Amino acid sequence: MDFAFLAAGIGAGLTVIGGAFGIGKLAASAMDASGRQPEALGDIRTSMIIAAALIEGISLFALVICILLALK
Amino acid sequence: MDISTAKTIQDTLHQAKEGVGSDWIMHHILDSHELEIAPFGSIHLPHLSLFGLDVSITKNVVFLWIVAILLIVAFKIAANAYKKSLVPHGFANFMEVLIVFVRDDIAIPSIGKGYEKFLPYLLTVFFFILFSNFIGLIPNGTTITSNLAVTSTLAVFSFIVIQAGGMIKNGVFGYFKGLLPSGVPAWLLPVMLIVELLGLFTKPFALAVRLFANMTAGHIVIFSLIGLIFFMQTYFVAPVSVAFALFIYLLEILVALIQAYIFTMLSALFIGMAVHQEH
Repeated sequence: MDFAFLAAGIGAGLTVIGGAFGIGKLAASAMDASGRQPEALGDIRTSMIIAAALIEGISLFALVICILLALK
Repeated sequence: MDISTAKTIQDTLHQAKEGVGSDWIMHHILDSHELEIAPFGSIHLPHLSLFGLDVSITKNVVFLWIVAILLIVAFKIAANAYKKSLVPHGFANFMEVLIVFVRDDIAIPSIGKGYEKFLPYLLTVFFFILFSNFIGLIPNGTTITSNLAVTSTLAVFSFIVIQAGGMIKNGVFGYFKGLLPSGVPAWLLPVMLIVELLGLFTKPFALAVRLFANMTAGHIVIFSLIGLIFFMQTYFVAPVSVAFALFIYLLEILVALIQAYIFTMLSALFIGMAVHQEH
Protein backbone atom coordinates (compact mmCIF):
# COMPACT_ATOMS: atom_id res chain seq x y z
CA MET A 1 0.00 0.00 0.00
CA ASP A 2 1.70 3.12 -1.23
CA PHE A 3 0.68 6.18 0.74
CA ALA A 4 3.43 8.50 -0.44
CA PHE A 5 1.32 10.40 -3.00
CA LEU A 6 -1.59 10.72 -0.59
CA ALA A 7 0.70 12.01 2.13
CA ALA A 8 2.31 14.51 -0.25
CA GLY A 9 -1.06 15.84 -1.34
CA ILE A 10 -2.48 16.18 2.16
CA GLY A 11 0.75 17.73 3.39
CA ALA A 12 0.79 20.33 0.65
CA GLY A 13 -2.83 21.21 1.32
CA LEU A 14 -2.28 21.68 5.06
CA THR A 15 0.80 23.80 4.39
CA VAL A 16 -1.15 26.07 2.08
CA ILE A 17 -3.88 26.50 4.72
CA GLY A 18 -1.32 27.57 7.34
CA GLY A 19 0.56 29.89 5.03
CA ALA A 20 -2.51 31.55 3.58
CA PHE A 21 -4.00 32.08 7.04
CA GLY A 22 -0.82 33.70 8.31
CA ILE A 23 -0.32 35.97 5.32
CA GLY A 24 -4.03 36.90 5.29
CA LYS A 25 -3.85 38.01 8.91
CA LEU A 26 -0.69 39.96 8.10
CA ALA A 27 -2.30 41.73 5.15
CA ALA A 28 -5.37 42.60 7.26
CA SER A 29 -3.22 44.28 9.93
CA ALA A 30 -1.27 46.13 7.24
CA MET A 31 -4.52 47.46 5.73
CA ASP A 32 -5.76 48.59 9.16
CA ALA A 33 -2.47 50.29 9.96
CA SER A 34 -2.23 52.11 6.65
CA GLY A 35 -5.85 53.22 7.01
CA ARG A 36 -5.09 54.77 10.38
CA GLN A 37 -1.94 56.53 9.23
CA PRO A 38 -1.69 56.95 5.46
CA GLU A 39 1.72 58.69 5.70
CA ALA A 40 3.35 55.46 6.89
CA LEU A 41 2.16 53.51 3.85
CA GLY A 42 5.65 53.05 2.38
CA ASP A 43 7.18 51.62 5.56
CA ILE A 44 4.17 49.40 6.19
CA ARG A 45 4.29 48.06 2.65
CA THR A 46 8.00 47.22 2.94
CA SER A 47 7.56 45.44 6.28
CA MET A 48 4.54 43.58 4.95
CA ILE A 49 6.47 42.24 1.97
CA ILE A 50 9.36 41.14 4.17
CA ALA A 51 7.08 39.33 6.62
CA ALA A 52 5.12 37.70 3.77
CA ALA A 53 8.33 36.39 2.20
CA LEU A 54 9.46 34.91 5.52
CA ILE A 55 6.10 33.19 6.12
CA GLU A 56 6.14 31.90 2.57
CA GLY A 57 9.63 30.52 3.21
CA ILE A 58 8.25 28.32 5.96
CA SER A 59 5.45 26.95 3.79
CA LEU A 60 7.95 26.24 1.03
CA PHE A 61 10.08 24.16 3.45
CA ALA A 62 7.06 21.88 3.82
CA LEU A 63 6.48 21.96 0.06
CA VAL A 64 10.02 20.68 -0.55
CA ILE A 65 9.36 17.75 1.78
CA CYS A 66 6.08 16.99 -0.04
CA ILE A 67 7.86 17.03 -3.40
CA LEU A 68 10.49 14.65 -2.04
CA LEU A 69 7.71 12.32 -0.89
CA ALA A 70 5.92 12.45 -4.21
CA LEU A 71 9.07 11.65 -6.13
CA LYS A 72 10.21 8.67 -4.08
CA MET B 1 -9.68 20.78 -40.88
CA ASP B 2 -9.85 17.39 -42.60
CA ILE B 3 -9.64 13.98 -41.03
CA SER B 4 -5.93 13.39 -41.68
CA THR B 5 -4.89 16.66 -39.99
CA ALA B 6 -7.11 15.87 -37.02
CA LYS B 7 -5.50 12.44 -36.73
CA THR B 8 -2.01 13.92 -36.94
CA ILE B 9 -2.82 16.35 -34.12
CA GLN B 10 -4.23 13.52 -32.03
CA ASP B 11 -1.16 11.36 -32.62
CA THR B 12 1.17 14.20 -31.65
CA LEU B 13 -0.74 14.83 -28.44
CA HIS B 14 -0.82 11.12 -27.68
CA GLN B 15 2.91 10.82 -28.22
CA ALA B 16 3.49 13.88 -26.10
CA LYS B 17 1.40 12.40 -23.31
CA GLU B 18 3.71 9.42 -23.14
CA GLY B 19 6.52 11.78 -22.32
CA VAL B 20 4.76 14.22 -20.04
CA GLY B 21 4.52 13.48 -16.37
CA SER B 22 6.75 14.07 -13.40
CA ASP B 23 9.76 13.02 -15.50
CA TRP B 24 9.18 15.78 -18.03
CA ILE B 25 8.86 18.42 -15.33
CA MET B 26 11.89 17.08 -13.47
CA HIS B 27 13.95 17.06 -16.66
CA HIS B 28 13.41 20.79 -17.00
CA ILE B 29 14.00 21.60 -13.34
CA LEU B 30 17.10 19.53 -12.65
CA ASP B 31 20.63 19.96 -13.90
CA SER B 32 21.62 18.13 -17.07
CA HIS B 33 24.64 17.49 -19.25
CA GLU B 34 23.05 19.05 -22.32
CA LEU B 35 22.55 22.67 -23.22
CA GLU B 36 19.22 23.04 -25.01
CA ILE B 37 18.66 25.73 -27.60
CA ALA B 38 15.02 25.13 -28.27
CA PRO B 39 14.23 25.08 -31.97
CA PHE B 40 17.68 24.01 -33.09
CA GLY B 41 18.79 21.16 -30.88
CA SER B 42 21.05 20.61 -27.94
CA ILE B 43 24.75 20.87 -27.28
CA HIS B 44 26.26 17.98 -25.36
CA LEU B 45 28.52 19.20 -22.60
CA PRO B 46 31.73 17.41 -21.62
CA HIS B 47 32.01 15.06 -18.65
CA LEU B 48 35.17 15.88 -16.71
CA SER B 49 36.49 14.24 -13.61
CA LEU B 50 39.18 15.45 -11.22
CA PHE B 51 40.66 12.94 -8.72
CA GLY B 52 37.45 10.93 -8.86
CA LEU B 53 35.22 13.95 -8.23
CA ASP B 54 32.71 14.81 -10.91
CA VAL B 55 33.56 18.29 -12.15
CA SER B 56 31.84 17.97 -15.52
CA ILE B 57 30.53 21.09 -17.14
CA THR B 58 26.76 21.00 -16.81
CA LYS B 59 23.99 23.41 -17.77
CA ASN B 60 24.15 25.14 -14.40
CA VAL B 61 27.93 25.63 -14.65
CA VAL B 62 27.57 27.28 -18.07
CA PHE B 63 24.92 29.62 -16.73
CA LEU B 64 27.01 30.37 -13.63
CA TRP B 65 29.75 31.58 -15.97
CA ILE B 66 27.23 33.56 -18.05
CA VAL B 67 25.88 35.31 -14.93
CA ALA B 68 29.40 36.03 -13.69
CA ILE B 69 30.46 37.51 -17.04
CA LEU B 70 27.26 39.58 -17.21
CA LEU B 71 27.88 40.94 -13.70
CA ILE B 72 31.47 41.90 -14.52
CA VAL B 73 30.50 43.56 -17.82
CA ALA B 74 27.53 45.42 -16.34
CA PHE B 75 29.49 46.85 -13.45
CA LYS B 76 32.51 47.68 -15.58
CA ILE B 77 30.21 49.77 -17.78
CA ALA B 78 28.62 51.39 -14.75
CA ALA B 79 31.98 52.15 -13.13
CA ASN B 80 33.51 53.63 -16.26
CA ALA B 81 30.62 56.06 -16.60
CA TYR B 82 31.76 57.74 -13.39
CA LYS B 83 35.11 58.66 -14.95
CA LYS B 84 33.46 61.08 -17.31
CA SER B 85 31.17 62.92 -14.92
CA LEU B 86 30.00 62.67 -11.35
CA VAL B 87 26.37 62.51 -12.42
CA PRO B 88 25.68 59.27 -14.27
CA HIS B 89 23.41 58.90 -17.24
CA GLY B 90 21.70 55.91 -18.78
CA PHE B 91 22.71 52.44 -17.64
CA ALA B 92 24.97 53.65 -14.86
CA ASN B 93 22.09 55.74 -13.54
CA PHE B 94 19.91 52.64 -13.34
CA MET B 95 22.62 50.68 -11.54
CA GLU B 96 23.06 53.59 -9.13
CA VAL B 97 19.39 53.43 -8.14
CA LEU B 98 19.76 49.77 -7.14
CA ILE B 99 23.13 50.24 -5.44
CA VAL B 100 21.88 53.19 -3.40
CA PHE B 101 18.80 51.13 -2.50
CA VAL B 102 20.98 48.33 -1.14
CA ARG B 103 23.12 50.80 0.79
CA ASP B 104 20.39 53.02 2.25
CA ASP B 105 17.60 50.54 2.84
CA ILE B 106 19.47 47.33 3.59
CA ALA B 107 23.01 48.00 4.83
CA ILE B 108 22.69 51.16 6.93
CA PRO B 109 19.50 50.30 8.86
CA SER B 110 20.69 46.76 9.64
CA ILE B 111 24.41 47.22 10.28
CA GLY B 112 24.67 50.87 11.24
CA LYS B 113 28.19 52.01 12.00
CA GLY B 114 30.90 50.16 10.05
CA TYR B 115 28.64 49.12 7.21
CA GLU B 116 31.25 49.99 4.56
CA LYS B 117 33.21 46.78 5.18
CA PHE B 118 30.21 44.60 4.44
CA LEU B 119 28.67 46.59 1.60
CA PRO B 120 30.71 44.92 -1.21
CA TYR B 121 29.56 41.46 -0.10
CA LEU B 122 25.92 42.55 0.19
CA LEU B 123 25.98 44.20 -3.22
CA THR B 124 27.56 41.12 -4.80
CA VAL B 125 25.01 38.75 -3.31
CA PHE B 126 22.07 40.99 -4.21
CA PHE B 127 23.04 41.43 -7.84
CA PHE B 128 24.13 37.82 -8.30
CA ILE B 129 20.76 36.50 -7.09
CA LEU B 130 18.87 39.18 -9.05
CA PHE B 131 20.66 38.44 -12.33
CA SER B 132 20.43 34.66 -11.95
CA ASN B 133 16.72 34.78 -11.12
CA PHE B 134 16.00 36.93 -14.15
CA ILE B 135 18.10 34.85 -16.52
CA GLY B 136 16.11 31.82 -15.38
CA LEU B 137 12.94 33.49 -16.66
CA ILE B 138 14.25 33.90 -20.21
CA PRO B 139 13.32 31.04 -22.58
CA ASN B 140 16.20 28.56 -22.83
CA GLY B 141 17.71 29.94 -19.64
CA THR B 142 18.10 27.94 -16.45
CA THR B 143 17.78 29.30 -12.95
CA ILE B 144 21.00 28.47 -11.20
CA THR B 145 19.48 29.53 -7.88
CA SER B 146 16.97 26.70 -8.19
CA ASN B 147 19.89 24.35 -7.52
CA LEU B 148 20.36 23.62 -3.82
CA ALA B 149 24.14 23.49 -4.25
CA VAL B 150 24.32 27.08 -5.51
CA THR B 151 22.07 28.49 -2.79
CA SER B 152 23.93 26.50 -0.12
CA THR B 153 27.19 28.02 -1.35
CA LEU B 154 25.71 31.51 -1.05
CA ALA B 155 24.49 30.65 2.46
CA VAL B 156 27.96 29.35 3.41
CA PHE B 157 29.47 32.63 2.20
CA SER B 158 26.96 34.55 4.31
CA PHE B 159 27.81 32.35 7.29
CA ILE B 160 31.54 33.01 6.87
CA VAL B 161 30.99 36.78 6.55
CA ILE B 162 28.71 36.82 9.62
CA GLN B 163 31.10 34.85 11.84
CA ALA B 164 34.22 36.62 10.60
CA GLY B 165 32.59 40.03 11.05
CA GLY B 166 31.43 39.18 14.55
CA MET B 167 34.72 37.64 15.65
CA ILE B 168 36.88 40.43 14.25
CA LYS B 169 34.79 43.05 15.98
CA ASN B 170 34.23 41.32 19.32
CA GLY B 171 37.10 38.83 19.59
CA VAL B 172 36.55 35.08 19.32
CA PHE B 173 35.65 34.49 22.98
CA GLY B 174 33.81 37.80 23.30
CA TYR B 175 31.66 36.86 20.32
CA PHE B 176 30.46 33.65 21.93
CA LYS B 177 29.96 35.41 25.23
CA GLY B 178 27.89 38.04 23.47
CA LEU B 179 25.59 35.38 22.05
CA LEU B 180 24.06 34.86 25.49
CA PRO B 181 21.50 37.50 26.37
CA SER B 182 22.06 39.48 29.56
CA GLY B 183 19.82 39.16 32.59
CA VAL B 184 19.32 35.41 32.23
CA PRO B 185 19.24 33.15 35.36
CA ALA B 186 22.40 31.03 35.70
CA TRP B 187 20.72 27.64 35.38
CA LEU B 188 19.32 28.68 32.00
CA LEU B 189 22.71 29.60 30.51
CA PRO B 190 23.75 26.17 29.12
CA VAL B 191 20.40 25.76 27.37
CA MET B 192 20.63 29.27 25.95
CA LEU B 193 24.16 28.58 24.71
CA ILE B 194 23.09 25.44 22.87
CA VAL B 195 20.04 27.19 21.41
CA GLU B 196 22.09 30.15 20.23
CA LEU B 197 24.80 27.92 18.71
CA LEU B 198 22.15 25.93 16.84
CA GLY B 199 20.60 29.20 15.74
CA LEU B 200 23.93 30.21 14.19
CA PHE B 201 23.62 27.28 11.81
CA THR B 202 19.88 27.19 11.17
CA LYS B 203 19.66 30.80 10.04
CA PRO B 204 21.94 30.42 6.95
CA PHE B 205 20.34 27.01 6.28
CA ALA B 206 16.95 28.71 6.13
CA LEU B 207 18.39 31.32 3.75
CA ALA B 208 19.54 28.59 1.37
CA VAL B 209 16.32 26.56 1.46
CA ARG B 210 14.07 29.63 1.17
CA LEU B 211 15.74 30.79 -2.05
CA PHE B 212 15.92 27.28 -3.52
CA ALA B 213 12.30 26.42 -2.71
CA ASN B 214 10.90 29.72 -4.00
CA MET B 215 12.68 29.44 -7.34
CA THR B 216 11.94 25.74 -7.85
CA ALA B 217 8.29 25.99 -6.84
CA GLY B 218 7.61 28.80 -9.31
CA HIS B 219 9.12 26.90 -12.19
CA ILE B 220 7.29 23.69 -11.30
CA VAL B 221 3.97 25.56 -11.35
CA ILE B 222 4.68 27.04 -14.78
CA PHE B 223 5.71 23.67 -16.22
CA SER B 224 2.69 21.94 -14.71
CA LEU B 225 0.30 24.47 -16.22
CA ILE B 226 1.84 24.15 -19.68
CA GLY B 227 2.03 20.37 -19.34
CA LEU B 228 -1.74 20.33 -18.71
CA ILE B 229 -2.21 20.85 -22.45
CA PHE B 230 -0.43 17.58 -23.20
CA PHE B 231 -1.94 15.75 -20.28
CA MET B 232 -5.52 16.66 -21.20
CA GLN B 233 -4.88 15.62 -24.79
CA THR B 234 -6.71 18.64 -26.23
CA TYR B 235 -5.75 22.05 -27.56
CA PHE B 236 -8.87 23.70 -26.15
CA VAL B 237 -7.29 23.96 -22.72
CA ALA B 238 -4.43 26.00 -24.24
CA PRO B 239 -5.93 29.54 -23.79
CA VAL B 240 -6.68 28.90 -20.11
CA SER B 241 -3.34 27.21 -19.57
CA VAL B 242 -1.32 29.94 -21.25
CA ALA B 243 -3.23 32.70 -19.45
CA PHE B 244 -2.60 31.13 -16.05
CA ALA B 245 1.02 30.45 -16.93
CA LEU B 246 1.43 34.11 -17.95
CA PHE B 247 0.00 35.24 -14.63
CA ILE B 248 2.33 32.94 -12.74
CA TYR B 249 5.21 34.22 -14.87
CA LEU B 250 4.49 37.81 -13.78
CA LEU B 251 4.32 36.60 -10.19
CA GLU B 252 7.68 34.89 -10.74
CA ILE B 253 9.24 38.21 -11.76
CA LEU B 254 8.01 39.73 -8.50
CA VAL B 255 9.26 36.73 -6.51
CA ALA B 256 12.68 37.00 -8.20
CA LEU B 257 13.04 40.59 -6.99
CA ILE B 258 11.68 39.87 -3.53
CA GLN B 259 13.90 36.83 -2.94
CA ALA B 260 17.05 38.75 -3.87
CA TYR B 261 15.99 41.51 -1.46
CA ILE B 262 15.11 39.06 1.34
CA PHE B 263 18.39 37.13 1.10
CA THR B 264 20.43 40.33 1.19
CA MET B 265 18.35 41.88 3.95
CA LEU B 266 18.50 38.83 6.20
CA SER B 267 22.26 38.54 5.64
CA ALA B 268 22.65 42.20 6.59
CA LEU B 269 20.43 41.70 9.64
CA PHE B 270 22.50 38.73 10.86
CA ILE B 271 25.74 40.65 10.22
CA GLY B 272 24.35 43.56 12.23
CA MET B 273 23.35 41.23 15.08
CA ALA B 274 26.81 39.64 15.10
CA VAL B 275 28.78 42.88 14.91
CA HIS B 276 26.73 45.02 17.29
CA GLN B 277 25.89 42.40 19.88
CA GLU B 278 24.72 44.78 22.55
CA HIS B 279 21.33 45.25 20.85
